[in-house]
Amino acid sequence: MRLEKRSQSSGLALLLAPVGAVLFTLLVSALLVWWAGADVAQTYGLLLRGGFGSVFALSETFTRAIPLMLTGLAAAVAFRARLFNIGAEGQLYVGALAAVAVGGLHGGTGFDLPAPLLFGLMLLAAALAGALLLLGPALLKARLGVDEVVTTLLLNFIVLLLVSLMLDGPMKDPTAMGWPQSVALMGELELSKLVAQTRVHSGLLIAAALAVAVWVLMKYTVLGFDIRAVGANARAAAFAGVPVTRTVVLVAMLSGALAGLAGAIEVAGRTSYLTLDMSPGYGYSGIVIAMLAGLHPLGVVAASVFVAGVLVGADSMSRAIGVPTYIADVIVAASLISVLVATLLTQYRVRWK
Amino acid sequence: MSDPVLQLQHISKRFGTLLANDDISLTLGAGEVLALLGENGAGKSTLVSILFGHYIADAGSITVFGQPLPRGDPKAALAAGIGMVHQHFTLADNLSVLDNVILGSEPLWQLFTRRSAARARLQAVAQRFGLGVDPEALVGRLSVGERQRVEILKALYRGARILILDEPTAVLTPQESEALFAVLGQMVAQGLSIIFISHKLGEVLRVSQRIAVLRAGRLVAQAQAADTSQAQLALWMVGHAVEAPQRRPAQAVGSPVCVLDNVSTAPARERLLHASLSLHAGEIVAIAGVSGNGQVALAELLCGTRAASAGRVQLLGRPLPPHPAQLVPLGVARIPEDRHAVGLVGDLPVWENAVSERLRSPAFSRWGWVRRAAARAYAERIMRAFDVRGGGPLVPARALSGGNMQKLILGRALTRPKHSAPDSPSPGGAANPGVPCLIVAHQPTWGLDIGAVAYVQAQLIAARDAGAAVLLISDDLDEVLTLGDRVAVIHAGRLGPARPAADWQREAIGLAMAGITGIPDAAQEAHT
Repeated sequence: MRLEKRSQSSGLALLLAPVGAVLFTLLVSALLVWWAGADVAQTYGLLLRGGFGSVFALSETFTRAIPLMLTGLAAAVAFRARLFNIGAEGQLYVGALAAVAVGGLHGGTGFDLPAPLLFGLMLLAAALAGALLLLGPALLKARLGVDEVVTTLLLNFIVLLLVSLMLDGPMKDPTAMGWPQSVALMGELELSKLVAQTRVHSGLLIAAALAVAVWVLMKYTVLGFDIRAVGANARAAAFAGVPVTRTVVLVAMLSGALAGLAGAIEVAGRTSYLTLDMSPGYGYSGIVIAMLAGLHPLGVVAASVFVAGVLVGADSMSRAIGVPTYIADVIVAASLISVLVATLLTQYRVRWK
Repeated sequence: MSDPVLQLQHISKRFGTLLANDDISLTLGAGEVLALLGENGAGKSTLVSILFGHYIADAGSITVFGQPLPRGDPKAALAAGIGMVHQHFTLADNLSVLDNVILGSEPLWQLFTRRSAARARLQAVAQRFGLGVDPEALVGRLSVGERQRVEILKALYRGARILILDEPTAVLTPQESEALFAVLGQMVAQGLSIIFISHKLGEVLRVSQRIAVLRAGRLVAQAQAADTSQAQLALWMVGHAVEAPQRRPAQAVGSPVCVLDNVSTAPARERLLHASLSLHAGEIVAIAGVSGNGQVALAELLCGTRAASAGRVQLLGRPLPPHPAQLVPLGVARIPEDRHAVGLVGDLPVWENAVSERLRSPAFSRWGWVRRAAARAYAERIMRAFDVRGGGPLVPARALSGGNMQKLILGRALTRPKHSAPDSPSPGGAANPGVPCLIVAHQPTWGLDIGAVAYVQAQLIAARDAGAAVLLISDDLDEVLTLGDRVAVIHAGRLGPARPAADWQREAIGLAMAGITGIPDAAQEAHT
């Protein structure tokens, strides 16, 4: 078999591609469910209900979607400029660390500042921490051609060790019975709940607003043009006068800042203190979400809700029947692969010999 | 004609809505050179790709030496005796000539290659066809002409009886082309058959016995070379009469616009060594040379994407700014060599590509926000004025044909935004404020069809007549001699003196392109 480039992608194909991708994903996952000995229809029904079927389910899904939205945006922005930031996980943790450092109840008090000012300062610190963490790899890439996939990935492990150091040392909560967790955030800095008796918090509004802001930036500004041009063809961008190095550095700051904010908002909205297991890989899932969204900032919102819904729904489903929650990972992974293949097939046709 | 060695019967191939080959039937005789002539996009490449098994035809059949050729199988094509020499060589630079030739023709599971036997056979083939080359030489050290010989040897070594040459002279000096034609003559004399793909009319008439002309996927004419003429071939190729651009010398040569004084660039893939040149308003200076001899360095230097490591470059009496964003507002119009890789960002829409060079000017952005309406209007003005067709301002630039891409780049370079007078403090060189002071055109007509070539050349001449200084860098000697008011030759990074075009003999240029020059030192810039 071989691939031949299509001269033109038909509108129908562009429409059918995502539908086909979803159907294929459901089919592949159904095989696994059937193999596990469960009723496929019942499993999917429970999964859907668990993720989207009630106010509680939806609130859990949106709660889970908030950090995914931000790390998804971080990946989407960076990947658009061909800066492959695999380090959102680390940037999320340094963001959370910075948030606690600024807004935590150190020694029982905290900084003596008005709450709104301190809240702004906390977000700024988190964004800055994430941005600075990605600045090094970006400069190494722009100046020396060092592969940012390697540097950002490895930084994740260094950051986790740093967090571990802080949680067992200077930022350790003395009242936590020896558990490695940070001091709690000042109560005034915690994000309000959007719906009473649920965990979904106003970080959702911040994340959604940031998605719109990133979309506007990409579409309507000179910097947005620079980012898209550098990502699509850096040589042509440089020829046209785009400051390529500066653009890569700015994209890195933006991407790192978004991931850092994910950490701060997670602390301020959900956990109120930092632990080493705060993120179940939100930074890495952000990459999947960005790819699912076709790197579109508004698509990231939808993709993160989808992925969060599948994860939450699978938790609830596996409690009801014996299908392991790993099915959620399979569904997310299969959907990513089938979306990528479907996109490919809108551009190429397969010829069988 | 003797028995046909190759027969193509009713070959058709469709890509989406594009009919790339429409019911093409051709025969090739033993000992015959058949030229396949046609503009870019006429279907030549598709046809030979089908022949060589890279594509599968939608309809039609191929017979080689009386046997049907299996479809879509390059190995079968090789086994049937079809050899292909691509325009872009497929050689490994880090291997010797011999290793390159036997690469792929040896069984995979064999502990030792039979090098001595292979060497003897290679030398026999080389001798038979007059293709002298040292089997142990490293391919990376060979000249372009020698590498092409290795490619041909590789095909012959594998027993090719039918050789397909895709634009073989595009990378050669005139002398190297002559040497190639002599080799082709020997091969034909020994009974091999050749398909020679080209869009150069003179060359086709010179080298082939029979000419088949493709246009828009169809075989429009076949003729014996002896019975036809360049004008007739051009008419078939384009479908209508084309006026060859006439030499029109510069009328009023003005003051120097851009002066290079003993300029060198840092060693890279290509470099410039002690180049001196002055470009005057109202004249075209054409740089001839085999590609890879420093043209890229010269063009990038003047386009603001490469810095000089020594010497001075001055634009209108001031040092040339080292960045495109500063060059363009001064009135430097730039046409890069590679429109796909450098000229345009293919994934972005046409309108964004149209303003990309000037996006930072106040005409198109304010406080970092793009003034989309102004940008769109400017793009549409360019598309109208330069006749850019192919889907409007919103389609991605990659969807345009090569000719339309070049028109877009040309339009972008030559069109100044309407209310951008303040962005350049009246360049002293150009009399007309709407005209760029300097045009750097690197291979501006490469790969374009005849109509687009004529259009681009006419635009350059018009800009010159309006007072622009034009630097034309081209591999195409005909273009250099047609357009250049003064001509200089570049070889191995050294730029020769720019002398009036009338003072050059074609042969002298060819020799200079090969580095053989009667002038003792290229640094003796004769220009005043």
